[in-house]
Amino acid sequence: MAVTAKPTLDADKLRADFPIFDQSFHGKPLAFLDSAASSQKPRQMLEAMTRFYETSYANVHRGVYQLAERATEALEAAREKSCRLINAPEAREVIFTRNATESLNLVAYAWGLTNLGPGDVVLVTELEHHSNFVPWQYIAGRTGASFRMLPLDAGGELRLDELEAVVGRGTAKVVATNLVSNSLGTVNDVARLAAWAHERGAIMVCDAAQAVPHKRVDVLALGCDFLAFSGHKLCGPSGIGVLWGRAELLEAMEPFLLGGHMIKKVRLEETTWGDLPHKFEAGTAPMAEAVGLGAAIDYLGEIGFEAIEQHEHELVEYALGRFSELPSVTLYGPPADRRAGIVSFNVDGVHPHDVAQILDLEGVAIRAGHHCCQPLMTKLGVAATNRASFYLYTVPEEIDRLVEGVRKAKKLLG
Amino acid sequence: MADRYAGLVSGFDDLYRENILDHYKNPRNHGRIEPAGASAEGMNPLCGDEVTITVAFDEDGETIGDVRFEGRGCAISQASTSMLTELVKGRRAAEVLAFDKDELLDEVGIPLTPVRLKCAILGLHTLKVALGRATGAETDADEDIDVR
Ligand SMILES: Cc1ncc(COP(=O)(O)O)c(C=O)c1O
Repeated sequence: MAVTAKPTLDADKLRADFPIFDQSFHGKPLAFLDSAASSQKPRQMLEAMTRFYETSYANVHRGVYQLAERATEALEAAREKSCRLINAPEAREVIFTRNATESLNLVAYAWGLTNLGPGDVVLVTELEHHSNFVPWQYIAGRTGASFRMLPLDAGGELRLDELEAVVGRGTAKVVATNLVSNSLGTVNDVARLAAWAHERGAIMVCDAAQAVPHKRVDVLALGCDFLAFSGHKLCGPSGIGVLWGRAELLEAMEPFLLGGHMIKKVRLEETTWGDLPHKFEAGTAPMAEAVGLGAAIDYLGEIGFEAIEQHEHELVEYALGRFSELPSVTLYGPPADRRAGIVSFNVDGVHPHDVAQILDLEGVAIRAGHHCCQPLMTKLGVAATNRASFYLYTVPEEIDRLVEGVRKAKKLLG
Repeated sequence: MADRYAGLVSGFDDLYRENILDHYKNPRNHGRIEPAGASAEGMNPLCGDEVTITVAFDEDGETIGDVRFEGRGCAISQASTSMLTELVKGRRAAEVLAFDKDELLDEVGIPLTPVRLKCAILGLHTLKVALGRATGAETDADEDIDVR
């Protein structure tokens, strides 16, 4: 029998890189199952930021002195790394923002305000995070475009067969979807949506906040026009995000934020904009954060995205299997082979807040709430769910502790 | 605040102390009074906790002769509302409108993070709105709680 070796990683060993696990909570070791909200930080990334502050820190691009040049090089090296991470054609197409939310707002405002109008359709999905929903709803409202939502099927997957019906006779101008859902873990067929969008003359905006940290993402293979992600979910620091966009679109766009650094020439009568990426980077850049992001990308790259994806796949299979032992647990979302390392569930008769609080006392950190996906919660007919999410440092014993804690919550309150 | 958290390491059985479990599983003054002298439905949209409170006044028109609640949501929200009904029965509306939330939180008796605090005071807030409407008095509204 032919055996294909699957890439692997040693989560137990990797945990030693993460200082947070040295602590205990309520007297128990920390089982951190909330990486979809934000990931923990490896020492290598933290040290890179410290080193930058200690040896290379000055404001970038504006200085004549050597130190400023060193800082500029560090920032631009991080841009190169981000560019390669998503297989973007050119580094000038990579814009640093504060987070994925700001990246998506940038597109909605800077592209949407000038390109949308009455008769146009902006299409999002029922699975969207509010960050890829609310900006589009708002800009559609301001421009008179129609704002619509592609529905989900009962299994938590997009109804691609409904595309034509939802758009109807309107002119599709924007299709905006996530690549991986933060609530259900659904992996969406962005390449197919992008092909459909382009056939209709629409742009494809991909929210990859939950994808880039966990799997290899290639903007060319996806065929999208814009892609957004956050540094803090991929072992990087908070305060930095990325927007990638196709150069010809970015060049044609108005700026988003205005002020220092994004200009070419300022006169009383008129100001002209800088070249890409600077046109979209007003004000002092998140420099150390960019360096941290670059270090995080290196860290993940050494482990390998295939190994990370495979590890999380094994965890999610294990978790779904363990949860199926509990008849009081309702699971949401697709089967393991079409989902990322995220498990949303409810416990019959026990409110998610109570589940999460009881788990906290067991040292198990999960999220309980609407996960910034209220349209999805409406669809599921619940106000909130529990969500456990995994990363490269998650080990199966933590899932065992999760299942034990859920059992306890049910016994106590159900 | 620091002191509230000090007890947080206490543990499982403390947190869902018998008292809370008892009120959650056997809510006091459960139900609805019709017609009611005062009523309101409160909801915490963040977590979906809901309570509906109805009040009957005594003949003086201001003493709470009876109070009942219905609802669904987390154990803290439901148990604290149940405790609240016991605390306010027999008191005058004006007194309850001035009721300090710490009195209720003492009764709940466990340390709560700010998120869970909203759950614990949902019933109190809803009752205050109901009484405010019935008597025309102002209430100190919590903006995160919707009341119909
Ligand atoms: C799918 C998705 N999109 C967007 C975001 C927003 O990320 P940020 O808060 O870093 O802007 C998140 C984070 O929760 C997410 O999961």
